[in-house]
Amino acid sequence: MRRYSAFAIAREGLRYHTGWERAWASPEPKKRYDAIVVGAGGHGLATAYYLGKNHGIKNVAVIEKGWLGGGNTGRNTTIIRSNYLQDPSAAIYEKARSLYETMSQDLNMNVMFSPRGVIMLAQTHHEVRGYQRTAHANALQGVATEWIGPQRVKELVPIIRLDGPRYPVLGGLWQPRGGTARHDAVAWAYARACSAMGMDIIQNCAVTGIETEDGAVKAVNTTKGRIETAKLALVVAGHSSELAGMAGFRLPIESVALQALVSEPIKPAMDVVVMANTVHGYMSQSDKGEMVIGGGTDGFNNYTQRGSFHHVEETVRALVETFPMLSRLKMMRQWGGIVDMTGDRSPILSKTPVGGIYVNAGWGTGGFKSIPGSGWAMAELVAKDAPGPLAAAFGLDRFREGRFIDESVAAGVAH
Amino acid sequence: MLILECPYCGIMADETELTPGGEAHLKRATVGSTDDAFESYLFDRKNPKGVHFERWRHSAGCGKWFHAARSTTTLEVYGTYAAQVSEPPKELVAKIKKKCPGWEGWQ
Repeated sequence: MRRYSAFAIAREGLRYHTGWERAWASPEPKKRYDAIVVGAGGHGLATAYYLGKNHGIKNVAVIEKGWLGGGNTGRNTTIIRSNYLQDPSAAIYEKARSLYETMSQDLNMNVMFSPRGVIMLAQTHHEVRGYQRTAHANALQGVATEWIGPQRVKELVPIIRLDGPRYPVLGGLWQPRGGTARHDAVAWAYARACSAMGMDIIQNCAVTGIETEDGAVKAVNTTKGRIETAKLALVVAGHSSELAGMAGFRLPIESVALQALVSEPIKPAMDVVVMANTVHGYMSQSDKGEMVIGGGTDGFNNYTQRGSFHHVEETVRALVETFPMLSRLKMMRQWGGIVDMTGDRSPILSKTPVGGIYVNAGWGTGGFKSIPGSGWAMAELVAKDAPGPLAAAFGLDRFREGRFIDESVAAGVAH
Repeated sequence: MLILECPYCGIMADETELTPGGEAHLKRATVGSTDDAFESYLFDRKNPKGVHFERWRHSAGCGKWFHAARSTTTLEVYGTYAAQVSEPPKELVAKIKKKCPGWEGWQ
């Protein structure tokens, strides 16, 4: 892998950019790998990367039905934060956030991480108490957040209206080190780093079946043939239930559509991320100037990547009250992604009833921000056949034992 | 926008009038059931990519629960039926089989 640098740009500038090489190879699958990761989204690629980097397992294939980063990795609102209430969530999301800080250097690719700060608005008294509690919990967990009053919110977000009739702004939970990153670049950077380690990224290759023998995985059948492996990591978000079905078990997951939309580009108006969980809306301004707006999930099972329009209407209606200047903005695009919702709205990083099969799923509406932490923890689980400290609380056994990770902020929206 | 016919009041109800209630025809675990059965009843879901039987409530209408059969890949609605059954009506299953020859059946 030829490194990206200022010198590389200068060098290529002098020879008409003829020397750039492909960022990753697209080989045909081998007969056998030490580990196979299904799903070349952010989580799958991060899993593969840390398998190689942290655990020395490099004979790895990442199999992808469509194209790399073409699922929810390219369909989110790119928000990164770690202001969670419960210890296990705070630990894994804070790990992810801290890895984002050095990701561009680590992967030698600019992922445009922008720690611009995230405010979660408190618009009811219930939320005020909830976020003050979260701020105290974060202080104990070592996550830097603080409770701020309405005037400080107004200083940070001049376009906000504090005294809306339905949803006044009563304060907010401020995480100055949260922010956004370029979502596609995260997938590309991990893919490039994996390819450089000798891993095979195989796109346009759907898994059609999973072979097991004596209760352990033996091989996967794909549209590009049969591939043997002793370790299989399923990292496919909305399609987790389907793949689990191929391996003969069920998951506590339902797939639903989550929507987002962007406005026409405007001049810089807001340089932080604002989330308003009461009204199921969140917003940031992209580098192109578009206001990127996230909405709520539908309540019914859906694989179509299309959500219901009334959610968009509800989100925009509420945001217009809090940000009156939005009322004149045209919305340019709207899209949906299929998110995997678990019973307690927290993710699953777990061994499964089948030996050698591991599942990383259930990130639901909060997948993008967790990519590096999820990959880090999943790689440890796959390499050691046992969860490390980050993944331990997120096992499938928590549903049987009633040991839920019950996040008040993870109410099916606003990640 | 999803539109379902409420089998009680006969209204073609817009999805904003309805509340989704998740997978239908779950076998309830009860006193004496194993932990496995409880876990499966409470949490494990088919989540099929295709034909899905589910519960809905006509919450902004007559208020009653009912069942619907729907495709999660096309959003086509195959039919709705009353709540007081433990499995889908045979005619509906036959109709879906005819439309989707590859479908493995409702169980």
